[in-house]
Amino acid sequence: MAKSSVTLETPSELKRPALVNHDRSIHWVTENVSNIVESSTPKWWFLTICITSPIALMGLVCIIYQISNGVGVWGENHPNGWAWDITNFVFWIGIGHAGTLISAVLFLTRQKWRTSINRAAEAMTLFAVVCAGIFPAIHVGRVWYAWFLAPIPNTNAIWPNFRSPLLWDVFAVSTYFSVSVLFWFVGLIPDLATLRDRAKSRLPQIIYGVLALGWRGGNRQWRHYEMAYLLLAGLSTPLVLSVHSIVSFDFATSIMPGWHTTIFPPYFVAGAIFGGFAMVLTIMLPAARLFPQINDMITRNHVDKMAKIILLTGSIVGYAYLMELFVAWYGANKFESFTFFTARANFDGKGWYQWSYWIMMFCNVISPQIFWFKKMRTNYVVVFIVCQFVNVGMWFERFTIIVTSLAQDFLPSSWGHYAPSTTEILTFVGTFGIFLTLFLLFMRFLPMIAISEVKGVTPEADPHHHPKH
Amino acid sequence: MSESRKVYGLGAEFESAAALMAAAEKVRDTGFSHWDVHTPFPIHGMDKAMGLGKSNLSAFVFVGGFLGFVTGIALVAVPSLFLYPMIVHGKPYTWATLPAFFPIIFELTVLFSAFTAVGTMFAMNQLPRLHHPVFNWDQFKRFTDDGFLMVIEARDAKFSETRTKALLEEIGAKNVTLIHD
Repeated sequence: MAKSSVTLETPSELKRPALVNHDRSIHWVTENVSNIVESSTPKWWFLTICITSPIALMGLVCIIYQISNGVGVWGENHPNGWAWDITNFVFWIGIGHAGTLISAVLFLTRQKWRTSINRAAEAMTLFAVVCAGIFPAIHVGRVWYAWFLAPIPNTNAIWPNFRSPLLWDVFAVSTYFSVSVLFWFVGLIPDLATLRDRAKSRLPQIIYGVLALGWRGGNRQWRHYEMAYLLLAGLSTPLVLSVHSIVSFDFATSIMPGWHTTIFPPYFVAGAIFGGFAMVLTIMLPAARLFPQINDMITRNHVDKMAKIILLTGSIVGYAYLMELFVAWYGANKFESFTFFTARANFDGKGWYQWSYWIMMFCNVISPQIFWFKKMRTNYVVVFIVCQFVNVGMWFERFTIIVTSLAQDFLPSSWGHYAPSTTEILTFVGTFGIFLTLFLLFMRFLPMIAISEVKGVTPEADPHHHPKH
Repeated sequence: MSESRKVYGLGAEFESAAALMAAAEKVRDTGFSHWDVHTPFPIHGMDKAMGLGKSNLSAFVFVGGFLGFVTGIALVAVPSLFLYPMIVHGKPYTWATLPAFFPIIFELTVLFSAFTAVGTMFAMNQLPRLHHPVFNWDQFKRFTDDGFLMVIEARDAKFSETRTKALLEEIGAKNVTLIHD
C-alpha cells in the first residue's frame, strides 16, 4: 500500500485537474448541496414556478381539449399525418438521452467528472421522457384505445403486430423510462439518507427517512450497491442506444423518401446526445448562477467538456446531413434527390420548407463549430447562446425530416401544405411548462448534485490520502 | 437508553478514509466476521481490506436477464406464430424476418435485468429496513456527512466489551461507544 502511494506521487506523473475546486472537504460538499434543499425557498423560485406552472396547466388544458374534440383540432391532415406531435415526441425523447449518456456511458468509461452533473441530468431525462410520452399517446386520436398498443389481445381478440416499429417504440420508451427511474432512485438513496440525517423537523425526517429505505452506508451494503449501479450502467448503455435507434426505425422502416435510409439509427443517436447536452447546459448554467456554491462542483472544466461533446456530436450530425445529401445524389433515386434537393434544401425554388432545413443546418452544424476555441467553451454566455441554437436546431431537424418528406412526396397531386393550429403550438409550449415545473420541484426537494458521488472524487476520499494534522 | 438493554455492538469513529482502511485491515486480520464500516461513499479497496470478495449480485442479474430474454421470445412468438398469425407487408414468418422480433426481446431482457439488479440489491442489503440498532448510536448520523465509522457486533464470537474496545482504541479509533439494541 505505502509503496504504491509513493510511486503515485512522483512528479513524473501528470496531475489530473481537480474535479472539485478549492480543495473542498467532504463536509463542505454535504453542507452546500443539502443547503439548497434545506434553506428557505428563494424568491426567484416562487417567481419562476408561478410562470411555469400556468404554462404547464395550459398544456394540460390543450391536451384535454384535443382529447375531447379529436385530432382535428391540430393542423395535421392528409398528407401530413405526422407533424408537430411526432416532432415534439422525438425532440423530447432525444433530450432524455444526454442524461443516460452522462449517468451510464460516462460511468462505464470512468469519466469521473460526471459525478456533479449526473443527478440533474438524470432528472432531466425523466422529465423529458414524461413530456415525450404525452405526444404518441394523444396523437392516436381516441386515447381510450391506447391500450391496443399493449401486448394483449384487444376486444376482437386481435394481437398487436410485434414486427411493427410503433410497437417496438412502446417497449423501448417504457423500458427506458422504467430503467431510468430505477437508476435515478438507486443513485439517490445515499443522498436521501444524508437529508434524512440532517433533517430538523419531523415531516422531512419521515419523508426522507422512508425514501432512504434505512440506508446504513455499510461497506457490506456499498459492495452490492456499487455492483447494482455498475450493472444498471451497463444495461442502460445499450438501452439508450436502442431507444433512439428504434425511434428512428419509425421512419427508416417506411418507404418515404428522406426516411428510408440506413444512416438513421446512428444519426438519430448522435443527434439525441447533441440536443440533450444542450438542454443539460440550458438548465445547469442558470442553476450554477442561482446557486453560486455549486460552482466549485460544476466547474468551467465541466462546461468545457460538455461543450466538447456538443462539438463532437454536432459534427457527427453535420456529417450525417452531408452524407444524406451525397447519397441522395449518388443513389440516383429521383424521389430521394427530390426530397433533399428540392423539398428540403430548395436548390430549384420548388421546395416549401427550405427555411426549416437551413435553420437546422445553421443551428446544428455551423453554430457549435465555435466550440473549437477553448475561450468560447468556457464562456458561459457563449455556451448558453449556442445551446439555445442547438435546442432550436434539433427541434427543426425533426420537423424537417417529418414534414418535408410527407408534404411533398411521390405524387404532386397528393402534396399538401402543413401549418400548426394554435392548440398544437400551445400544447408544445405547455410541455416546456411541465418540464420546467418538474425540474424546479426537483431542485427544491431533492439533492440536485450527487453528494456521495462527488465526495468520492475529492482528494480526501482516496484511501491513500493523508491529511496534514 | 437504559444500560440494562442488550448490547448490539461497539461503534468507533475514525479520522479519515485512510485511517479506517488501515483499521479495517487489522480487524480483518484479528478474525472478526460480524462487523462493518459505515462511510459516506464507497471507499476504493475497502472490500479487500475487509476480506470481502466480489458481490455475486451479477449472477442473479444474469438469471433475471435470461428470464426476460425467454419472456420476450415467448411474448413475440406465441401470438405471432400460434394465436394470431398475421402477414403484414407480405412478410412471412421465416428466419429471414426474425430480426424484426429482436427489439422487443432486447428491451424485455434489459427491463427484467434492471429490475432484478435493483430488487436483488435491496434484498442483499436488507432494504428497506427503516429501523436498525446502529441508528441508536448518536454519532451514527455522521456517516452520511463526513464520518468514517466502524461497528463490531456483539454477536461475533470474538466480541468482548472490554477487549474489543481496547483493540479499536489501539488501531486509532476515537470515541468508542457501546451501541444498545
